[in-house]
Amino acid sequence: MGFAQILANGVVLGTLYACIAIGFSLVWGVLNVINMLHGSFIVLGGYLTYFAWASTGISPVIILPVVAVALFVLGYALQYLFINKVVTAPVLTTLTLTFGLDMILYNLMTVFFTATPRRVSLDYGRIDALGVSMPVDRLIGMGLALVLTGLLFLVLKTSRIGRAIVAVRMDREAAALMGIRVNHIYATTFAIAALMAGAAGAVFAMVFPVTTNLSGVFLGKAFVICVIGGLGGVSGALVGGLALGIIESFAGVIVGPQNAITIGFLIMLFLLIVRPTGLVGVKGYE
Amino acid sequence: MSRKSNLTLIVMGLWVLALALAPSLLGNYEVRIAISIAMFTALALSWNIIGGFTGYPSFSTAAFYGIGCYVGALAQRSGVPAALAWVAAAAFVGGVSFALGAIVLRLKGHYFAIGSIALVDISRLVISSWGSVTGGGNGLNVPLLEGRPPEVSALVLYVMLGIMVLAFVTNVIVDRTRLGFGLRCIDQNEDAADMVGIDTTRYKIAAFVLSAIFPGAVGAVYASWVGYIDPTDSFDILTTVKVPVMAMLGGAGTLLGPVVGAFSFVMLEEIFWANFLEWNRAIMGAIVVVLIFFLPGGILRLDWKRILRRLSDRSKARSTDKGSAKE
Amino acid sequence: MSAILELSNVSRQFGGIKALNDVSFSLHEGEIVALIGPNGAGKTTLVNAITGVHSPSSGKVVFKGEDVTKQKPFQAARRGLARTFQIVQPFPRMTVVENVAASALFGGNPESIAAARDRAMEELEFVGLGHVAETPASSLTLPNRKRLELAKSLAMGPKVLLLDEVNAGLNATEIDVALDLIRRIAARGVSILIIEHLMKVVLSLSSRVLVLHHGELIAEGPPQEMVHDRKVIEAYLGPKFAERFQKEMADG
Repeated sequence: MGFAQILANGVVLGTLYACIAIGFSLVWGVLNVINMLHGSFIVLGGYLTYFAWASTGISPVIILPVVAVALFVLGYALQYLFINKVVTAPVLTTLTLTFGLDMILYNLMTVFFTATPRRVSLDYGRIDALGVSMPVDRLIGMGLALVLTGLLFLVLKTSRIGRAIVAVRMDREAAALMGIRVNHIYATTFAIAALMAGAAGAVFAMVFPVTTNLSGVFLGKAFVICVIGGLGGVSGALVGGLALGIIESFAGVIVGPQNAITIGFLIMLFLLIVRPTGLVGVKGYE
Repeated sequence: MSRKSNLTLIVMGLWVLALALAPSLLGNYEVRIAISIAMFTALALSWNIIGGFTGYPSFSTAAFYGIGCYVGALAQRSGVPAALAWVAAAAFVGGVSFALGAIVLRLKGHYFAIGSIALVDISRLVISSWGSVTGGGNGLNVPLLEGRPPEVSALVLYVMLGIMVLAFVTNVIVDRTRLGFGLRCIDQNEDAADMVGIDTTRYKIAAFVLSAIFPGAVGAVYASWVGYIDPTDSFDILTTVKVPVMAMLGGAGTLLGPVVGAFSFVMLEEIFWANFLEWNRAIMGAIVVVLIFFLPGGILRLDWKRILRRLSDRSKARSTDKGSAKE
Repeated sequence: MSAILELSNVSRQFGGIKALNDVSFSLHEGEIVALIGPNGAGKTTLVNAITGVHSPSSGKVVFKGEDVTKQKPFQAARRGLARTFQIVQPFPRMTVVENVAASALFGGNPESIAAARDRAMEELEFVGLGHVAETPASSLTLPNRKRLELAKSLAMGPKVLLLDEVNAGLNATEIDVALDLIRRIAARGVSILIIEHLMKVVLSLSSRVLVLHHGELIAEGPPQEMVHDRKVIEAYLGPKFAERFQKEMADG
């Protein structure tokens, strides 16, 4: 495999990774909560898209926003009813709670969807250009991932709610004093994170098979990407995602795909020690 | 104070005795549960040293346990007697945790939590990709312990109880000596602990190592008992969260908390496994959620007197309500 | 008198900012020296540099003839170089006496935890907190928390005590009590470097004053001289406060 091909694979994978990690990063940065539900949100998004597509035949690109909205509602409810009650507690409490919720969601998915790998198979063929060969569905997936990331960036940058989220991330107390309803922002942030996870799952299902067993893998990727990129919002996730995608792509060729994942984790551990704020991260989150 | 801690020791002594009597009084199934209880009590007590006393949200238990499984198994496969293999596993895991602790204990809060989970993943990935030695994803067969099944179970139970007692005694010693005092200081305010003369780095590493060696031993004994190990089961993310949950269920940072918590959790799990196999995981999740909301300090920290008083007040109020309605 | 603590050419940088620039001075045995300077002058940074919280980027700190420039905070505490914090740092879920016992146990050199507790009780009586020894540290009032900080430092049996604004937030009566306490600490043979904003405290306690401005030591001398020093008044007090302060002096 040529250099260009490996790089192209890495970039495509990287944009998907960015999309996977962005919600996790947002929740960690704004709520200061490590959301163990994140991986299952992605899987849920993928399954819902698959089953909607398989039973109706509607294009997944149209199903995606519907699934995303469903996850938004689920996320808002979970945060408002449960996580919000302990949002200021130490990490042991919040992490354990989200893990408990994840066990419930995971169990529900295995019962209702079974663990069979599901994939929305869109056979669009391949494109060959500049010595790189790429399946079209992957390119569509990458395009969707970039659009989603861009949309989130715009929302955070320009909308009222987005500015409020950024304000809460920077200084909770000051934001509260300025009349921002912090609890509402927390729930909305969590909901947006779930929405992004659901959408990422939908995109993922168009490119790779999705199964419940992947929920831990997705969560692991989100950890690594957040630590590599830092909790700097959209840019951090994008940098971290692309970095991990490209690293894994090259490492997969050099040391084998199984070891590529280990290398991702080792890089994360190394960065945790030498630069816990990530490559483009903001200081002050512990 | 000393009377209370003597009571703790007596309660624990009776409990160990009760578990040890299982093979002579009860059937095979009950002995298996007793082994499970001893095993998880040892794990929860170990976690208590870093997570309870020191307040560091460690999720590394499965890493120590899993490495213990493999070191014990590999030692036994190369001809080392079982007992020696178990000790070797504990020692090896102690060394590994010393090195890893020096790295991850520089992190705090969320970053430490993530780092400690990463240790589990990295260990699993290393074991599963190092196929020539560890058998990779196919797992390893471990020489079985000699003897008839009931004898083997009894032996495993006694060994697990031994590890559990050692873990408990370690907790008692830590609790009563300057190490425990220093760890509590670190838990409450690490900077201030540094300022009053505590070598926080050394203390934290000591706590991390103490919380690692017993899980290492437990893993090795478990491997000998079941005769087969693989990376997915040995480095299970569920184990790594279950163990802190057990300690918190009973009361993290106390001596009997992890004991009560591990017992309650194993019993609950047993009941749900037997009756709702398909929903086991969801029910465990629900227990975690209930624990966080209704038992934040654990079972032992509940104000039992107040609860009883309130219950009796309520029933009194109900009876007076009825009385006034009649009039 | 011999120097117990000596700083030579100590500098500390944070990124591109020089928080301390070439600071040299010495503290003699049994002496009370005041360190003054406007907010952001680098006073707390100096204390941090001495106690190893942020080790100096360059220069040397010598304590009892030993080079301690690269020490960690816990080593400073064990050596007898104790400090208090501007923002008090108790162990919130421990009782008052346990807080002090922690210092005695780890910073001092007692034989057992019980001995550390006894030592802690002595220091609590000394600072006047004996009656609240068994209450939780988090329930103390501000003046009592400041005294707890002092008791914690004293329990380590320090040779040098660095007091970082121990009087901030106290009212006039409370300050008088605190002043008396500091004098009694000095009488035990402890050398004291005190960071202070209140001129009353500086004038009544210290035999010498160091003036820090923009991380540099701009003047050093007896307190009476310092408050009339042209450089100090300009740099530290500013014209408005200089006027007010001189009026205060005139009033007595």
